[in-house]
Amino acid sequence: MILILLIILPIVLGALSFALEGKNAWYLGILSSLATILMSITALGQAKEGVTSVKYAWIKSIGADFSLSMDGLGFLMCLLTGIVFLLTFIVLSKKSEVTSGRFFGLMLLSQAGLLGVFLAYDAMLFYVFWELALIPVYFLCSLFGGENRIKASFKFFIYTFLGSLLMLVAIIYIAQQGSFSGFSWESFVATGADLGTTEQILLFAAFFIAFAIKMPIFPFHTWQPDTYEQSSTPVTIVLSALMVKMGLFAIILWLLPVLKGGTAYWMNVVLVLSVISIVYASCMALVQTNIKRLVAYSSIAHVGLMCAVLFAHPLDAMAADNIGLQGVVLQMFNHGINILGMWLLVYVIEDRLGTQDLNKMGGVAKIAPVFTVALVVVSLANIGLPLTNSFPAEFMMFTSLFTSSSTYAIGLTVFAGLAIILAAVYTLGMVQKVAFGGLKENTKSFKDLSWNEMVPLVIIMVGILAIGFYPNLLMDFIKTMM
Amino acid sequence: MIAIIVSAILGVVLMFAGIFFPKSKTIRAIAVVAFAVLLGAGFIDFAHAGTPSEIYYNGMIVISTYGAWFNLLIIACGLMYLLIFNKSIADVGKNDAEYFALMLFIMCGVFLLSSYNHLLILFLGIEILSIPQYILAGSDKGNLKSNEASLKYFLMGAFSTGILLMGITLVYGGVGSFDIGTIAMTLQGAISALPLVGILFILIAFGFKVSAAPMHWWTADVYDGTPTAITPFMATIVKVGAFIGFIRLFHLSFGQLHQNWSVALAVLICLTMFIGNLTAVYQQSVKRMLAYSSIAQAGFMLLAVFSNNELAETSIIYYGVAYTLASLGVFAVLIKLKDYTFDGFNGLAKKDPVLAFTATISLLSLGGIPITAGFFAKYFLLKATLVQGQWIWLVVFAVIMAAVSVYYYLKVIRAMYFEEGTPEMLSPTTSIEKGLLILNAVLIILLGVFPDFILEYKASYMAIRDMLVS
Repeated sequence: MILILLIILPIVLGALSFALEGKNAWYLGILSSLATILMSITALGQAKEGVTSVKYAWIKSIGADFSLSMDGLGFLMCLLTGIVFLLTFIVLSKKSEVTSGRFFGLMLLSQAGLLGVFLAYDAMLFYVFWELALIPVYFLCSLFGGENRIKASFKFFIYTFLGSLLMLVAIIYIAQQGSFSGFSWESFVATGADLGTTEQILLFAAFFIAFAIKMPIFPFHTWQPDTYEQSSTPVTIVLSALMVKMGLFAIILWLLPVLKGGTAYWMNVVLVLSVISIVYASCMALVQTNIKRLVAYSSIAHVGLMCAVLFAHPLDAMAADNIGLQGVVLQMFNHGINILGMWLLVYVIEDRLGTQDLNKMGGVAKIAPVFTVALVVVSLANIGLPLTNSFPAEFMMFTSLFTSSSTYAIGLTVFAGLAIILAAVYTLGMVQKVAFGGLKENTKSFKDLSWNEMVPLVIIMVGILAIGFYPNLLMDFIKTMM
Repeated sequence: MIAIIVSAILGVVLMFAGIFFPKSKTIRAIAVVAFAVLLGAGFIDFAHAGTPSEIYYNGMIVISTYGAWFNLLIIACGLMYLLIFNKSIADVGKNDAEYFALMLFIMCGVFLLSSYNHLLILFLGIEILSIPQYILAGSDKGNLKSNEASLKYFLMGAFSTGILLMGITLVYGGVGSFDIGTIAMTLQGAISALPLVGILFILIAFGFKVSAAPMHWWTADVYDGTPTAITPFMATIVKVGAFIGFIRLFHLSFGQLHQNWSVALAVLICLTMFIGNLTAVYQQSVKRMLAYSSIAQAGFMLLAVFSNNELAETSIIYYGVAYTLASLGVFAVLIKLKDYTFDGFNGLAKKDPVLAFTATISLLSLGGIPITAGFFAKYFLLKATLVQGQWIWLVVFAVIMAAVSVYYYLKVIRAMYFEEGTPEMLSPTTSIEKGLLILNAVLIILLGVFPDFILEYKASYMAIRDMLVS
């Protein structure tokens, strides 16, 4: 029951927000995100054998159920959703161009869609939420942001929609195969195991393209830098901290266990694409002068690594001792936190300087020490330095990639490893350009963080360091849930 | 049967109403009441449907539960159309009563098409459906484009009717019967070329009626030229009615010969979707875009004719209703605007948020986005085609075309919400209209969340009856 409430509450509060003024809608946003965090924890407390679930018959004629289920991974994602929205909203407590009733309304609707994706345990329901999360985000991207936002978000929508439709065909196909007819996860796994090789290969492609567009993986990534750059930063946060996770989450829950044969067949292709993604995005990040595009490309590189590791051991991907999967799950959470911190800092910079051009920044370390500390900590986490949260996760992921059953394991690891070095180059380069060097005309009056910006960033830094120092905080949980 | 009789009588009543009641308002009220009465008649039909007493004229007309359920829903859609558009229809010209009368006659044709059991009745149904439309298309007498639409529609329609007759004759020549059951039985055995050619002719004739490519050329001009208040009726209810006749004949009579006509139909479907969608992308006028999009939607509905199974038969009703409601929502905006280009929609969300919102729901439904009815409409047809087996490429093609369609539907949303501008509106939206449009949007979403209401119609009927009894 609490799972249904988890999804319904943001929808109701979101609908209410449309009718309200900025500040009142803001309260609803905070309320909804807090409730998401609390309810996720409560739902975890109610779990029997690690899973909380609820199921009602929905469309009898096709055997689709309204079936929600929260396991450990789902919990982490719901928690992350709550945290990301909460911290973003705290930063937005001051009036700005985006803080209007419809902004918060659309944000809460996308929150509901995301939670639905992470909780759905029925393929039809999953698809419905997958699409549903897209609509409010499309509106958010088009309503708030830079000059070319309308064009960029249009491309984004068409891209992802085409991908989802291919997935829909695959879902229909699987659902009507075999004796297990229905959309439940169990019947999908059972049916998937019975499918012939050719079918698996084709179905895998249909699923993977949908997920690859969402993550995004080379060559399906072209919508991403434009959309990230043009959207208003709070919206970019939703896109990159959460919607990207939809793709990874979907691979773990709906692709690897269902289409094992297809996974084995496509493994090398996906691995190579992912590694190309990593190297290409890192190189692109190196030459960016726009801070938002830089962070966008850095995000592609990180996601590429996670995607590669998921396919490193296709045969025992879901095995309990798959260190790679554990690393990916940990990194999904970490990346959400880190990229959130990064975007919040970008938001602060944009707010103060009114520009995204790195060349027009510099020297703020002298006048804004708190900001600089936050920037450095978050950047180090982005690189994956020891004692930050990304380090244990990346370590596990690289171990997994190195021991991959792919024939190219070593070569791929070497290239993926390049990304760490490149990440250090472009991230530190960015820090240098923003924080150090001489003050410039427009950076002279750079104000340090105000309380509403400080609170979320301090929480993020504590999170980064806490998990970095003692990864078992989360690792124990992740291990037991597998 | 009651619905057929009542619709014809009410049509005549309305014609006389034009003589006795000079006020347009009274006539509009009578028309709405007439459709409400028709809804009651449809309900009575549905209650009796499927029993032996519902076979008329030596088995020429048979009211099945399926047909009666379709009638009921199409009347409900018609009522919705009238409620939203009655004022605009009356404003088209001076002969208010005649417009509504002609619509009632069209309904009569639709009912015949959903219950014929004899090719003669099929022919009558098609004609009763078509002839009032030729008149309606030209109802804006002073407008040259309206006249052109009428003439074009009439010439093309008459031509396709000729082909239909030819086809029926050939089938009769090969089989020796007009009864669709007997035709099916006879066609099971050895087949001569005669009925096969006949089937092809009938396929082409129906293609004309539902605007399938390459018989679609009349559509854009006719829909564009017809007064905007009438176009939604032609594009939705009439088209869906033609589909019911189409599917009934091809599944019940020619179902055994599926392999003989499936390839031809598959080509037709691909062409229709491709031409409809691609041409819609390049339109500057939203009205013409909707005309081409209706061709594309017809391509999708043809999948139901193509899939020779029960799922297809129930889902065409669902698709029809979803498509009709969604189109009504979009045309409701069009009728308010002076400028039909995409730019004319700029900034509508600020000027009239309710209108823009309901239109958005409708457009999303046309595009097939989940939780709107349009999604499951597409879903069920795709599934029906997959069940048919061996035709996955057709499904994939349909899906890609559906993605293309989202492009031009989204362009309207984009204009309404994201572009700056102040649209010129002919008249402000009244609160009644707003209420109706919100009801329409709510219906679209409710049907999208609970598609079983239409698909499991017997259960729905029981539920409605229980509710009324208690």
